[in-house]
Amino acid sequence: MSILAYNGGAMVAMKGENCVAIAADRRFGIQAQTVATNFEKVFEMGPHLFVGLPGLATDTQTVMEKLRFRKNLYELKENRRISPKVFAAMISNMLYEKRFGPFFVEPVVAGLAPDTFEPYICNMDLIGCLNEPSDFVVGGTASAQLYGMCESLWEPNLAPDDLFETISQALINAFDRDAISGWGATVYIVEKDKVTIRNLKTRMD
Amino acid sequence: MMQTGIRPYYPDYSTVPVERQINPYADNGGSVVAIAGKDFVVIGADTRLSSGFSIYTRNQNKLFPLSETTVLGCSGCWCDTLTLTRILKSRMQMYHQEHNKNMSTTAAAQMLSTMLYYKRFFPYYISNILVGLDNEGKGCVYSYDPVGHCEKATYRAGGSAGALLQPLLDNQIGQKNLQKPSQEDLTQEKALSTLKDVFISAAERDIYTGDSVLIKIITKDGTKEETFDLRRD
Repeated sequence: MSILAYNGGAMVAMKGENCVAIAADRRFGIQAQTVATNFEKVFEMGPHLFVGLPGLATDTQTVMEKLRFRKNLYELKENRRISPKVFAAMISNMLYEKRFGPFFVEPVVAGLAPDTFEPYICNMDLIGCLNEPSDFVVGGTASAQLYGMCESLWEPNLAPDDLFETISQALINAFDRDAISGWGATVYIVEKDKVTIRNLKTRMD
Repeated sequence: MMQTGIRPYYPDYSTVPVERQINPYADNGGSVVAIAGKDFVVIGADTRLSSGFSIYTRNQNKLFPLSETTVLGCSGCWCDTLTLTRILKSRMQMYHQEHNKNMSTTAAAQMLSTMLYYKRFFPYYISNILVGLDNEGKGCVYSYDPVGHCEKATYRAGGSAGALLQPLLDNQIGQKNLQKPSQEDLTQEKALSTLKDVFISAAERDIYTGDSVLIKIITKDGTKEETFDLRRD
């Protein structure tokens, strides 16, 4: 079995009208055995910047700390907030440095640009190949299910409330068909002057 | 004294046994979706037949009528599909001649399971979905794994885009994870439009699904056929 599927997990990010959303499940397991149901895979990297790291849980935490360190260094040197695009490039570079002994995470970045509040989403593979689509990105072990859900539920210019409903339904129905994802979900809705974090109750089996 | 030095290797004169293998299976892709209602059942399959990155044909029917009220949808290894459906057809005919009546959907469903398990250690590499009307005229869907495990359901997606489609059907047809699930019975129109929608989504992301969908709608009045175009890239 792939190391990327050792702990399980599902992740999705979507663009909306002047907002973005990122959501993930809360399971931490070792193969089929569920160990915890309060595991965070999405991390706040700034007031409008979030990164999700589905994959091998140990690398999720290691990569998060390395990223936080590099981001802090950047913001101290430059004396300004990091933009999501630059942050994504930073992750991509960091992952490619380990091209032949990679971190087993497939990062998802979601945020608003610090100056223009332009929505930004992207994801990449474990060695940092960037993908910046205009609609949604998915990651984790339920990615096939998420593609199916997102492809039919997502539409352009969703308002924050509708975006929340769309991303929640997409994530929950997708991970209900994946044995190693689920056990609760966290959804982040990022707007210009507000970030809403909701913990969703889902079926626990 | 032992002789030292490297002994030259001539493959043509080698006397050691060499193991060679062939792969008896091919994955020809394709997706099948079936949705049952109170007095009808719809089944759709895409018409693309492919292998790897090449498309054999854009117009391959993967739905096989077994009787007036029973249809089988197959995806996976096409050569196994051909063999299985040929044997099924003759088994249906033998049943008809022996019993002087057509086989019911439930009996056909059980027979398919038995036939698949008969090849337990060299299976037909097919994802089968069998649909039809039962003896009360109610729509029913049976899905199978390659070795004949059978499950009765009201809706099912199978084949190469099965993982993409099934959660969507759970949500839209099974009314899963909804705050206010609809209490009304599923209409034929809703089933048909959902079926088309899920195939459009599958064709976006699954390279083995596309070109068009062939749909069969089975009611007590007989079977209606419909086609629907998908993206061809």
